[in-house]
Amino acid sequence: MTAVHHAGETGTPVDVNDPHLSRFDIVKEGLRRDDIEIVTYESHFHGQNSKAEKRVVRNISILFLLSGLFTLAFLVAYIWWPWHFKLGHTMSDYYTPILGITLGLGLLALGFAILAWAKKLLPHELSIQQRHGDPSSDDERLITGQTALFVADELGVQRRPLLKGAIALGSAPLGLAIAAPLVGGMIKNPHGDPEPMMYRTGFNPVANGGKPVRLTREDGSPIRPEDVSAGGQMTVFPGIPHGATNHYADSPTLLIHLRADDAATTRANAEADKNGRNKGSMWGNYVAYSKICTHAGCPASLYEQQTNRLLCPCHQSQFLITDNAQPVFGPATRRLPMLPLTVDEEGFFVAASDFKDTVGPDFWERP
Amino acid sequence: MKRRKIDLAQAPVNFAKGADDRFQGATPLRGLLNKVFPDHWSFLLGEIALFSFIVLLGSGVFLTLFFDPSMKEVAYDGEYLALKGTMMSAAYESSLNLSFEVRGGLFMRQMHHWAALLFMASILVHMARVFFTGAFRKPREINWVIGVLLFLLGFFAGFTGYSLPDDGLSGTGLRIASAIMLTLPIIGTWLSASIFGGEFPGELIIGRFYIAHVLLIPGILLALIAAHLGIVFKQKHTQWPGPLRTNENVVGERMFPRYAMKQGGFFMAVFGVIALMAGLFQINPIWLFGPYRAAEVSSASQPDFYVMFMDGLVRLMPNWQIYIPIGNGYSIPPMFWPAVVGLGALFTLPMAYPWLEARKLKDKRSHHLLERPRDNPERVGIGMMAFTFFMVATISGSNDVISDKFHISLNAMTWAGRIGLLILPPLAYYISVRICLGLQQHDRQVLAHGVETGIIKRLPNGQFVEIHQPLGPVDDHGHPIPLEYAGWVVPKKMNRIGALAPAIKGFFFPVEKPAEIPVSPAVGGAVKREEIKSGR
Repeated sequence: MTAVHHAGETGTPVDVNDPHLSRFDIVKEGLRRDDIEIVTYESHFHGQNSKAEKRVVRNISILFLLSGLFTLAFLVAYIWWPWHFKLGHTMSDYYTPILGITLGLGLLALGFAILAWAKKLLPHELSIQQRHGDPSSDDERLITGQTALFVADELGVQRRPLLKGAIALGSAPLGLAIAAPLVGGMIKNPHGDPEPMMYRTGFNPVANGGKPVRLTREDGSPIRPEDVSAGGQMTVFPGIPHGATNHYADSPTLLIHLRADDAATTRANAEADKNGRNKGSMWGNYVAYSKICTHAGCPASLYEQQTNRLLCPCHQSQFLITDNAQPVFGPATRRLPMLPLTVDEEGFFVAASDFKDTVGPDFWERP
Repeated sequence: MKRRKIDLAQAPVNFAKGADDRFQGATPLRGLLNKVFPDHWSFLLGEIALFSFIVLLGSGVFLTLFFDPSMKEVAYDGEYLALKGTMMSAAYESSLNLSFEVRGGLFMRQMHHWAALLFMASILVHMARVFFTGAFRKPREINWVIGVLLFLLGFFAGFTGYSLPDDGLSGTGLRIASAIMLTLPIIGTWLSASIFGGEFPGELIIGRFYIAHVLLIPGILLALIAAHLGIVFKQKHTQWPGPLRTNENVVGERMFPRYAMKQGGFFMAVFGVIALMAGLFQINPIWLFGPYRAAEVSSASQPDFYVMFMDGLVRLMPNWQIYIPIGNGYSIPPMFWPAVVGLGALFTLPMAYPWLEARKLKDKRSHHLLERPRDNPERVGIGMMAFTFFMVATISGSNDVISDKFHISLNAMTWAGRIGLLILPPLAYYISVRICLGLQQHDRQVLAHGVETGIIKRLPNGQFVEIHQPLGPVDDHGHPIPLEYAGWVVPKKMNRIGALAPAIKGFFFPVEKPAEIPVSPAVGGAVKREEIKSGR
């Protein structure tokens, strides 16, 4: 097949109004006009009503009927099967699986019925169509190009520089005006007033009317030192209204009661802190670190008591508790900030001040 | 008054005439009915994506009828007792209600999620098919770019979708998304604050993701899918080389009725499989995760599989931070590289690939015939390199689960991923190029010498030779005349060239008599076949 057919038809046309033509002859005339040639067109069966054909028809019918049956079963189950959720082992546990099985099998049976019909009953054919993927002729390209340029000429922007400038200056503001509500409405200054959100947590006394903020449990109850056993840890929240909600998503903190030897190491490391921020932040054998991972902000909540490591389950950064929560493995680069701890006159833990390092994932302008 | 007789048989004819008078549709409709499509199983992979998308649209509309995209705090008071009284967002509450208090709601939720997973998986496999067979070459580069964009949009559709229930897992995903925005130099904090409407998580993000998920992204997806299919239709589908097939024609079957019916049946089958999965396999059991709380996360927090490669890259990235000592000091966190630069490169490089390859091969022709992967070892090597990179990253995205289940050190998994990401892709390149070259050589061998028959002949001088069945004519000495490679499968077994009797139809008993064995007229009449028995 080396001949390339150009637009148009091959073969000899026939008169479609000729009464002697069969329907298939007319179809073939249509194919000829669409540049299609049927190479083979044959039935799967020898003769009409062969045993094999009857068998295929029977199987396809069974599939269609099965589909109807399963779909009906779906409807019955959907309406009458007990579906209300109950605790424990009940009939309603099977509601979703039964819906899936009945609808799934119903659709599959229908799909296979149609596929079998197409593949096994309909005559198999092999047709060839010419692609006609040739590009437009050079003449056509020239005409279209010149027409487009003529349109530009007619507008005459090239010849009228005043118009050019006026259009640019006149329409640019409109474009900006369309973008303005979107940008203007959504934009938020992360460093603006009233609160510098990137640098402040719920432990900042400002949120508590200037008084130091208590460490509380999730239910808001304050914590005494003896509430955390040695080697134990507890997630604490700022003791202010909504302190334990997602409104203070940066505030969750891990309060750890270290064993005496670990506490000594931790204290020595904190006192030797290079920038001095962790100095004097421990209270007795207690230390508190921000729970928000400095990598991607997940709570670094897996506490390995044996190795004194905190592990973030999202990307496996590991922080060494006894050494200012420095990252020792994984993608995190920055240590977990330490919360300066003390105890108020009623004997409850309070934050001596807000975190001295920035809490949460790192960003461009963090000092 | 005389009653006018209505000729029912004539009604469709009149209707068709009227339609053609107004829209002149007869000729284009004939062209459509007659359009020839080439057929090969691998051309149906993209269809799975299309069909999943249809299921996604349908099940998604159902879900919107019950979902409340609000982050208002409410106390749960539903049928799932384990969470009774828990404070949660209205979005999470309505997702729970969808699962427990809407008849068939859980089924639809799971159908939506499974359809999304199938959508992304079939796009990936379809992309691999298009890539490895060179179907992206001129004139189909634009459609390849649209395909890559469809994957990218599917990625964001999926992420915005599984963020909506506002459960513990999706909130963690949002937290990481916010951290990724923060890593952007200069604009990071501004971008995150603007999208979340303040500090993470704020009260707006679910509503914003909702409109993106149900209107903006599906709208663009729909437009791009329409363009994708329209271009396939206009440019006509590629075909494998083979008998009668040239670069200028399409060999296959006409669209109606057989081809269209097969499509319809296949849609039903895909839909059926999704329905089965939706009913039988639990997906995203949000009631087990609880509402999102900034202080809580469980181990094995994995995104959906098509996001996992990114999470894996983030896990593998060493803690290299760039500090810029100007003014107060600025920094670029390590997550910027895998999550922003990496994601960007993983989408832009494939988009540019068709032009890069054409430039390297100085190939400006239009290609409508596919290339067998072995015939372009370079391309296969590059594809396998990318695929291996993707797989190492994806596996690393669940390295905590692997280390837990197989009792491997987590740190060892991370290091294995880091080293694997650098070593394995080039290795995959080398191995696949060698395999391609080997396959090419074997094809040429068979074309030159014929098919190995497995019959060993002993020559008078004692030498053993294997008899080869030539695939074409032989010369005067009986040696095959080497055939030229035609870009298509070379038969390599005797069965493939008719050495095996045709199969007899029927499962339990033969449906028809076995076909008469054609015999040479010299033998005289059909030879009676008998069962081979032992000589005794």
